[in-house]
Amino acid sequence: MFTIVNREEMAEGTVILNEIEAPRIASRAKPGQFVILKANEEGERIPLTMAETDPQKGTITIIYMVVGKSTALFKTLQVGEAYQDVIGPLGKPTTVEKVGNIVCVGGGTGIAVMHPITRALKDAGNHVTAILGARSKDLLILEEKMAAASHELLITTDDGSYGRKGFVTDALKDVLDKGDTQMVVAIGPVPMMKFVSKLTSEYQVKTIVSLNPIMVDGTGMCGGCRVTIGGKTKFACVDGPEFDGHQVDYDELMLRIQAYCEDEKRCFEDYCMLKPDYAR
Amino acid sequence: MAGQAAKKEKTPRLKMPEQEPHVRARNFHEVPLGLTAEMAIEEAGRCLQCKKPACVPGCPVGIDIPGFINLIREGEFTQSIRKLWEKNSLPAVCGRVCPQEIQCEGLCIVGKKGEPVAIGNLERFAADQERAHGTGELPPRAKPNGKKVAVVGSGPSGLTVAGDLIVKGYDVTILEAFHKPGGVLVYGIPEFRLPKAIVAQEINFLERLGVKVECNAVVGRTVSVDELFEEEGYDAVYIGVGAGLPRFMNIPGENLIGILSANEYLTRANLMKAYLFPEVDTPIPIGKNVVVLGAGNVAMDAARTAMRLGADKVRIVYRRSRDEMPARTAEIHHAEEEGIEFFLLTNPTRYFGNEQGRLTGMECLKMELGEPDDSGRRRPVPMEGSEFSLDCDLCVVAVGSGANPLLTQSTKDMQLNKWGYIDADLETGKTRKKGVWAGGDIVTGAATVILAMGAGRKAADSIDQYLSWGW
Ligand SMILES: Cc1cc2nc3c(=O)[nH]c(=O)nc-3n(C[C@H](O)[C@H](O)[C@H](O)COP(=O)(O)OP(=O)(O)OC[C@H]3O[C@@H](n4cnc5c(N)ncnc54)[C@H](O)[C@@H]3O)c2cc1C
Ligand SMILES: Cc1cc2nc3c(=O)[nH]c(=O)nc-3n(C[C@H](O)[C@H](O)[C@H](O)COP(=O)(O)OP(=O)(O)OC[C@H]3O[C@@H](n4cnc5c(N)ncnc54)[C@H](O)[C@@H]3O)c2cc1C
Ligand code: SF4
Ligand code: SF4
Ligand code: FES
Repeated sequence: MFTIVNREEMAEGTVILNEIEAPRIASRAKPGQFVILKANEEGERIPLTMAETDPQKGTITIIYMVVGKSTALFKTLQVGEAYQDVIGPLGKPTTVEKVGNIVCVGGGTGIAVMHPITRALKDAGNHVTAILGARSKDLLILEEKMAAASHELLITTDDGSYGRKGFVTDALKDVLDKGDTQMVVAIGPVPMMKFVSKLTSEYQVKTIVSLNPIMVDGTGMCGGCRVTIGGKTKFACVDGPEFDGHQVDYDELMLRIQAYCEDEKRCFEDYCMLKPDYAR
Repeated sequence: MAGQAAKKEKTPRLKMPEQEPHVRARNFHEVPLGLTAEMAIEEAGRCLQCKKPACVPGCPVGIDIPGFINLIREGEFTQSIRKLWEKNSLPAVCGRVCPQEIQCEGLCIVGKKGEPVAIGNLERFAADQERAHGTGELPPRAKPNGKKVAVVGSGPSGLTVAGDLIVKGYDVTILEAFHKPGGVLVYGIPEFRLPKAIVAQEINFLERLGVKVECNAVVGRTVSVDELFEEEGYDAVYIGVGAGLPRFMNIPGENLIGILSANEYLTRANLMKAYLFPEVDTPIPIGKNVVVLGAGNVAMDAARTAMRLGADKVRIVYRRSRDEMPARTAEIHHAEEEGIEFFLLTNPTRYFGNEQGRLTGMECLKMELGEPDDSGRRRPVPMEGSEFSLDCDLCVVAVGSGANPLLTQSTKDMQLNKWGYIDADLETGKTRKKGVWAGGDIVTGAATVILAMGAGRKAADSIDQYLSWGW
């Protein structure tokens, strides 16, 4: 059992933080790696990236958006309660090197995934500019932590309720126009990563993205997480989740993550009818 | 003796009662229903109790076949299971899934002129009898010797090593990547062929003997083999991680939605119990018109699962002919009875999809058999201009599996062969790395339950020698 020792609700309860006891994982995890969690016997195996690890305390922190049945179920878990299974650390860690000026672009809960990577890149001696995007001010997460993890912080909101009105790509374009960016890291919804990669390829700036296809085992055993990178099939759970953004077939990924949409919706609706107060 | 053979052969082999094909094709309950005590005694009577039994060399673990069968004939069921346990710790599993027709039963003398003695069914009977009516008494266990052994992977080979070493007094821990132990026995082979309660009971038995089972431990990620020695104080490590790497066809359109590896499809169905969705949370694609590529046990399991999940039509597409199909004869027969169609000498060349990226069909080529290849089987060669298309909305790719590199690549000094399998001595399971043994599918490539168990038994003996005397 993997007990929750701390829990926070962010972005009006649509984003939840859990700090979980998992000493073995905490002692080995590196930025960019993820875990797979299963709440109970009937539960689904859900991959989530570690936003923080504390090897001394033996805990890991995950931050997730409530989007369907499983994340809604996770939301019901309170401090002192436990996940039945937590498996990890999975995936390849981010390659952290000194390359110069780096822009870290995070959108939605991608910001949580981005935070430890940003901090590690800064600690490695890079000059880091962070660009965070959210639909509106209330949905923006981890602003203070990202400010501390970077040298410069730019914020955009779709509705203009905070920071600059527009998309992260608008802010990114201005930074790229200065001409001194060596690398971009973009983590967020697939369309965001797609448009960031499109923009940076025009500037020929190396871009790393973190992909989130549907997964089952997370160990390279099922092939459910396959993505096309530079025309070749890769398994995101073992070959990734980070890839060269300019090589990713985003359209295929966008379709593949919809594979179970109808079924999931049915499952989620059944669940909401049974336990109306749990869903949002 | 010859006269006796002639007399006995007249008793026909007892057919195991089964669920009717049209009923079972839509449920997940076990297909064969098992023998009653009377039936088992009658079938046991067909064994000639050969002085030099032809069947025994056919069993990879050398079970005393006439011995256990004679005890059934005498109604000594408890003694019979004891006899089986001497060589095989998972008889309830092997009785159900061994390819008997090419092993023990394939060599049975009675089979020369008629149908062989139903050795597998009798083995299953003895084990089921024990599960239902046995005392559950534990075998004697040697005094703890203070030495720690880690077993990586909880498939049949790992379970065998754990069972053998725990009774010899070792402190044994199984480390399993999945959230549930059992390997292919739980995530691959379906409920209707091997009820999961049987596997759970076997594992519970090991736990009662003192084996510790640690799930969610992905060796190579959560902990490395070297750390097991250096940080966790193990004296020996056995690697039985199976052949968990799905093979695809590498033809255009393979990443369309609706094309799954058999590993993914069966894991969703069995381990995650997705056939109960939405009562459980893991979904599984429901195909109306399903194609399964391949003709091994895995393909039969996938095809029969698709039928049970409500398909209208399930077709097996296989590039060789009927004679080369690697599945157990019984499973091919069961699949046919359940209405699964076979497209033999047929090979897919590309998939078709719609705008939503979903599979709608595939193009296939007809094949003919040419010269024998490395495997000694006649190589299928495409017939020019024979393209045709098949409609389907779900395709399960069951064309074999390879070595998963997750553990082996993260372990220093691990010697692999050219296909990525671990290089281990087949007699002892010893690898080139000090203190490390390996066996089962990760050494031989995808094989059988009983061969994986046989490898486990040899490795357990070798580990015992090494830790007792240092060699
Ligand atoms: C490596 C990786 C890291 C991730 N990290 C985070 C994170 O830090 N924070 C976060 O909020 N989300 C993260 N995700 C996404 C998260 O796993 C999904 O949001 C979650 O699985 C949704 O499950 P659900 O049942 O609540 O929603 P559902 O209703 O099941 O599905 C909603 C959408 O979630 C995706 N999804 C569903 N099941 C799975 C699955 N088994 N594996 C992957 N995706 C699935 C699909 O795209 C689906 O359309 C990550 C995904 C991956 C692969
Ligand atoms: C669908 C299907 C049907 C089959 N039908 C038959 C049949 O009818 N008859 C027959 O004789 N054989 C059959 N087989 C083959 C047989 O099941 C295998 O040969 C046998 O299970 C191999 O045993 P094993 O112990 O080597 O590995 P497995 O059973 O594959 O077990 C390996 C275990 O190791 C775990 N593991 C993997 N990597 C790691 C890691 N890094 N750390 C920790 N744990 C890890 C896996 O999760 C798994 O639980 C079938 C196989 C399949 C897939
Ligand atoms: S273990 Fe398999 S091969 Fe050996 S006797 Fe039993 S069924 Fe036959
Ligand atoms: S099973 Fe067949 S070969 Fe074996 S002892 Fe009996 S009759 Fe002889
Ligand atoms: S999740 Fe199964 S191979 Fe990646």
